[in-house]
Amino acid sequence: MKASIFRFVLKRIALGLLTLFIVSLLIFAVTQALPSDPAEAMLGREATPETLEALRADFGLDKPIVVQYGNWLFGILSGDLGTSYATSIPVSEYIGPRVGASFFLLLIAAIGSIPLSIVVGANAALHRDRKFDTASSLISLILAAMPEFVVGTILTIVFSTTIWQLLPAVTYLEVGAPPWSDLQGLTLPVLTLLLAVTPYVARVMRAAMVEVLESDYVEMARLKGMDERTVLWRHAMPNAVGPAFQVIALNLAYLAGGVIIVERLFNFPGIGSALADAVRSRDLPVIQFLALIIAGVYILTNLLADIGTVLVTPRLRTRLK
Amino acid sequence: MSEAVKPPQDLVAEKFVDERPPSLVRQAFWLRRTQIGAVLALMLISVALVGPFLAPFGSTEYVDLPNTLSVPGTIFGTDYFGQDVLSRFLFGGRTILILAVLATSIGITFGTTLGLTAAYLRGRADEVIMRALDVILSFPQVLLSLVVISMFGPSNVLIIFTVGLSTTPRIARIIRGAAIGVVERDFISAAEALGESRKRVVFAEVLPNVTSSLLVEMNLRLTYSVGLIASLSFLGFTPEPNAANWGLMIQENRVALTQQPWGVILPTAALALMTIGTGLIGDGFSRVSAGIDRGGKGE
Repeated sequence: MKASIFRFVLKRIALGLLTLFIVSLLIFAVTQALPSDPAEAMLGREATPETLEALRADFGLDKPIVVQYGNWLFGILSGDLGTSYATSIPVSEYIGPRVGASFFLLLIAAIGSIPLSIVVGANAALHRDRKFDTASSLISLILAAMPEFVVGTILTIVFSTTIWQLLPAVTYLEVGAPPWSDLQGLTLPVLTLLLAVTPYVARVMRAAMVEVLESDYVEMARLKGMDERTVLWRHAMPNAVGPAFQVIALNLAYLAGGVIIVERLFNFPGIGSALADAVRSRDLPVIQFLALIIAGVYILTNLLADIGTVLVTPRLRTRLK
Repeated sequence: MSEAVKPPQDLVAEKFVDERPPSLVRQAFWLRRTQIGAVLALMLISVALVGPFLAPFGSTEYVDLPNTLSVPGTIFGTDYFGQDVLSRFLFGGRTILILAVLATSIGITFGTTLGLTAAYLRGRADEVIMRALDVILSFPQVLLSLVVISMFGPSNVLIIFTVGLSTTPRIARIIRGAAIGVVERDFISAAEALGESRKRVVFAEVLPNVTSSLLVEMNLRLTYSVGLIASLSFLGFTPEPNAANWGLMIQENRVALTQQPWGVILPTAALALMTIGTGLIGDGFSRVSAGIDRGGKGE
């Protein structure tokens, strides 16, 4: 029994690593299919055959593709991420402080969205087909349909420019400054991410709760004369969280993509806005590394979701043989 | 999670009413939310398609000083570049809509074909197809598009292709899930025994039985594709730098939001109403077809 779980976890981790490896190959392959080469783009008109040659040698662009891929991969594994073409500073120095800022943004959004969606979902299930349920399902649907930057822009119009002037429309944050130094400026980006993710988790939470609330043991708890609150939080909730687990994790992974847009909207100095800038200036080492991190976070959260779901769901745990 | 227990009336419908797709659509339109969604979607689609013919000025025509609210001959004034806000708005939906429809069609075509093939062949082929698609799934949709655009520049064909590609595995998963129960039913074996070709079995026997999932998925993916393409334009990735495009319009005019709010409010409202409209229609379909509670944009 124990061994089978261990084997499952190992297998799942191996699959995750394999996926990450293929993803890294893919990122490298796509970014190598350049129509123009970065050395030429950087030097512009001043390019002479000699300076081009020298710059290519500098970046290692004159070596065969397989060698370049090997150098890149081993560089990342050993912490050497290369030099940004656009800013000429080491990628690790350029990206480092931004990773922290984005992580902080994601963390706050994630921490806020989980209890919020659980409360909304559980209450909707409890008041099934009544006002709260209908209203929350409609609001969820509307929020889920709109792209994040539209939600964010609406929040900006309402809370910082046209209707009320309560909150700043952009974050004033120096690169490298601790992200909590501008809490006011952080409010709208966090709120946008929160509104982007909560609908999905709340919907799954509601479905799981509806199912659990109709089960025999909940009926039994009620017949024993327990008050509704105890039934809900002590008996029903622990069994409903299992199915929602996967969705929570998936949506955290989804946030990793969502930050790209939201950071740009609020001028938040994180990896998302860095990626958008790098794409514009074709800053290859930065694009490659950021794409790898974001995909890596995505793969990791999916991995944790799969393992977590199996571990918290007794039915699935016993099926492993 | 999508393999939820179907409600009994659905089973009855499958057995006796012979599953006709039109009845599903008609049923969906009995719901108030589908009706509202259809009205919204139709309204915005007409703005996007007919708008360019009604615009009083050209899409990039200089009208008056930038960011002015009251300009004679205009209703909403001028934008950051001295162009007519209303005209930019009327021009701005067409590209997004057309690109989104084409990208969704690509995703639906490939996703359905791959999903049906995987479900029908099972075994090793199934495993290979789905694992390969999982690799694409491990990129968030925006990221995949950005990486490709960064290398080849933002051409319309490329945007359609990458958005369609990132949609494919998501559709394939749903269609495979819906088809896996169908391929085991007796009429499939009967068709095989009659010597029908594999292609015919998959597309003429299995496909008609997953149309309700397909319909729900089509709407959902169209909604997200509109959002994704608008987001890419918002980030500034449009083929022409000064294109009249709702996403780009929001980006361009948001600096002067306090001075000239219409340049942001109009395109924001249009994108919001369009996606809410298609979202409501999709929800109506999904409620009628199985009452699926969907989780996660990623799936």
